[in-house]
Amino acid sequence: MSSIALEMMGIGKRFGANKALDQVRLTAYRHEVLALMGENGAGKSTLMKILSGVYQPDEGEIRLDGKPVRIASPADARAAGINLIYQELAVAPNLTVAENIFLGAEPRARFGRVDHDAMNRRADEVLARLGARFSATTPAHRLGIADQQQVEIARALIHDSRVLILDEPTAALSDRESERLFEVIRQLRDDGIALIYISHRMEEVNRLADRIAVLRDGSYVGSMTRAESSPQKLVQMMVGRPLDDFYQHKSEAGAGPVRLEVQNLGSHRVRPASFKVHAGEVLGLAGLVGAGRTELARLIFGADARSGGRILLDGQEVDIREPLDAIRLGIGYLPEDRKGQGLFLQLSATANTTMNVLGRHARAGVLDHPALKKLTQQAIDRLAVKVSGTEGIVGGLSGGNQQKLLLARWLAIKPKVLILDEPTRGVDIGAKVEIYRIVHELAAQGVAVICISSELPEVIGLCHRVLVMREGSLAGELAGEAVTQEAIMTLATHEAA
Amino acid sequence: MTTSSPNSPAGLLAAPKPAGFSLGRLYSKVGMLPVLVVLYAAFYLLTLHFSEDGSTNFVTLDNSLNILRQTSINLVLASGMTFVILTAGIDLSVGSMLAVAAVLGMLTSLPGHAPLLALPAFIVAGLAMGVLNGSMVAMLGINPFVVTLGTMTALRGAAYLFADGTTVLNSDIPSFEWIGNGNLFAIPWLVWLAAAVVVGSWFILKRTVLGLHIYAVGGNPQAARLTGIKVNRVLLFVYSISGLFAGLAGAMSASRLYGANGNWGTGYELDAIAAVVLGGTSLMGGVGSIWGTVIGALIIGVMNNGLTILGVSSFWQYVAKGAVIVLAVMLDKWRQKQSGLN
Repeated sequence: MSSIALEMMGIGKRFGANKALDQVRLTAYRHEVLALMGENGAGKSTLMKILSGVYQPDEGEIRLDGKPVRIASPADARAAGINLIYQELAVAPNLTVAENIFLGAEPRARFGRVDHDAMNRRADEVLARLGARFSATTPAHRLGIADQQQVEIARALIHDSRVLILDEPTAALSDRESERLFEVIRQLRDDGIALIYISHRMEEVNRLADRIAVLRDGSYVGSMTRAESSPQKLVQMMVGRPLDDFYQHKSEAGAGPVRLEVQNLGSHRVRPASFKVHAGEVLGLAGLVGAGRTELARLIFGADARSGGRILLDGQEVDIREPLDAIRLGIGYLPEDRKGQGLFLQLSATANTTMNVLGRHARAGVLDHPALKKLTQQAIDRLAVKVSGTEGIVGGLSGGNQQKLLLARWLAIKPKVLILDEPTRGVDIGAKVEIYRIVHELAAQGVAVICISSELPEVIGLCHRVLVMREGSLAGELAGEAVTQEAIMTLATHEAA
Repeated sequence: MTTSSPNSPAGLLAAPKPAGFSLGRLYSKVGMLPVLVVLYAAFYLLTLHFSEDGSTNFVTLDNSLNILRQTSINLVLASGMTFVILTAGIDLSVGSMLAVAAVLGMLTSLPGHAPLLALPAFIVAGLAMGVLNGSMVAMLGINPFVVTLGTMTALRGAAYLFADGTTVLNSDIPSFEWIGNGNLFAIPWLVWLAAAVVVGSWFILKRTVLGLHIYAVGGNPQAARLTGIKVNRVLLFVYSISGLFAGLAGAMSASRLYGANGNWGTGYELDAIAAVVLGGTSLMGGVGSIWGTVIGALIIGVMNNGLTILGVSSFWQYVAKGAVIVLAVMLDKWRQKQSGLN
């Protein structure tokens, strides 16, 4: 029978004038997966950082196994058996798996030497328990993201974890890798660990969670068992209002002229591809992770060198050798890796949103700051971005707000063609809906939108027509009623019928 | 609202406005200035304490101008270094470029050569060497540490070769004697020039498209490229301007000393880097300011001057300088933690 492993009661936390958490409570049971849901900025991360000793609460109490504990540092949390697996993994690439697992807690032999035999043996035991497909002596740099995640989980298990927190663990995983992670999570649950699982993905939560707790705007909204929950109910709890037909936003199919045409465009990673996008159309680019979708988009945008092919914009052949050429022609590309390839985290919202159009708001190279700020304020209003001002740095914003600012950067060039690569990854539901609204607005204005997405409901709900890629080539095209999850997956994984 | 006006110099790079008041937050705004003030006060008290007649000339106008004059050359080099470090690069060759420029300029000034072209010679020589560094970093994609380590060594050799192993002396340099020895409104031209370099650098960094591109390239080179920034051009620019400033610094030191040799400027790159780092500019790129560099250079200048007045041996001066650099940067780390993101 499940018993209470962890209780948080009346937790409050302020940052300056902002109340990040107010009277939040949370209960996690042994033998259970508790899903923690909420929009970005709802306070999930803050709550979990309190639990893992990164922040100190201003008020409230934390109990482990019924006993009040004070968690003053991450070391305290580890000692108490609370471990947090961050979204950003911290595996040292030049060490072996075992060395990573025992980092900072290496078993000692005589004369202070590291006891590698004991370390490898114990690491292999834990890896076997996780069903890992690599061994203790594998160099960490050979591991993919999913395997690295297992190393981090193994590290938590070595420290005798009683409460394990996973922060959006599937954000960077393929479907197959996610499946393996779910198996591991279920296994750990059956071993009696209390798991707290933070995720935006309704489908995952539905499959994995035993109970679901929801936060909104720093407050506790409620919790329920999986059986009691439904997607509609959860969305309503998270956003505070009902969201009917969440994905049913499809606008009228664009019937405009051909805006962008690609003929035999290829590189060493993309086999020659040909397709057209019409003005006012939202074209989906679906396929498994690594199928060449991003690579194809980068070819159009001039970010990578191409081995052949032609690009026509409004019927005219155009010469795109680098991103700047594409931008000048009115082609935008929102990269999938927001922080790595998109944002300048230490710069202001203004700098981030206007970086593409600085030249238009400068005289002899000298910036017209008031104009740039005005432009940014307009974008902030239009996209409903939550920022403290135009001059705050963007590094501290939530994923959804960061993504909106990045989108604003591309809207600023008044694009003819806009390529969106995973536009809603790591973005909360409220922001998602707003991003969908912007995409439809753009299409209505005659922009040709190409949308790469790994979320099939999104592809189906958003796109008029879908191209499916498999292993570097275009595997097929679906339109209208033919666009279904099954049809896309069939094309993405098998030879076309 | 207490937010800055749209024309505020902090402009696009400003940090978020803190909600409340705290020592850490105040400190995050003023940077290393308190360290400079404390050092200055400490040296005043120390020189007073150790003086025989109970008075000190440390805070006199004369000595203050002395500090500024002694700081000017390092400040010019450090300004160029600020550009480079903002792009997450490094320029180890500034001392050697200074030497080559100084020697070539002095050779040009010799009777029978082209004395009137001496000043352009300093500047053009520096610029040319900077372009060389920039080309290798930007076009060939070689790591800047390696490139400038190479040019630091090779140009040092070149300086000795151009000077033929001796010191090029010339006391008859009317075309640029004013730089190192003249005053304008009772303030040395060396100080005016350094101030002009600082103001020019500030203007480029904070008010121009190029300046914002420099921060962008340093902060996230991949994103910069995908935003259509010509990353190579930006890199070429920062190394070129570092060379240009090294050439100017060469003119300043040659003029001051009426001569140049292959040994000029040895180790200056380290003082320049120290000034930039003391000023809070991140070696990772994308964060920092020219005002920080001014404070950093002044900290080093005040220490050099104060320790010399106190009669501390140069060996101990090195130890003290090194310790202050590390301590100040530790303080800076703490400061950033205080003002950091939640």
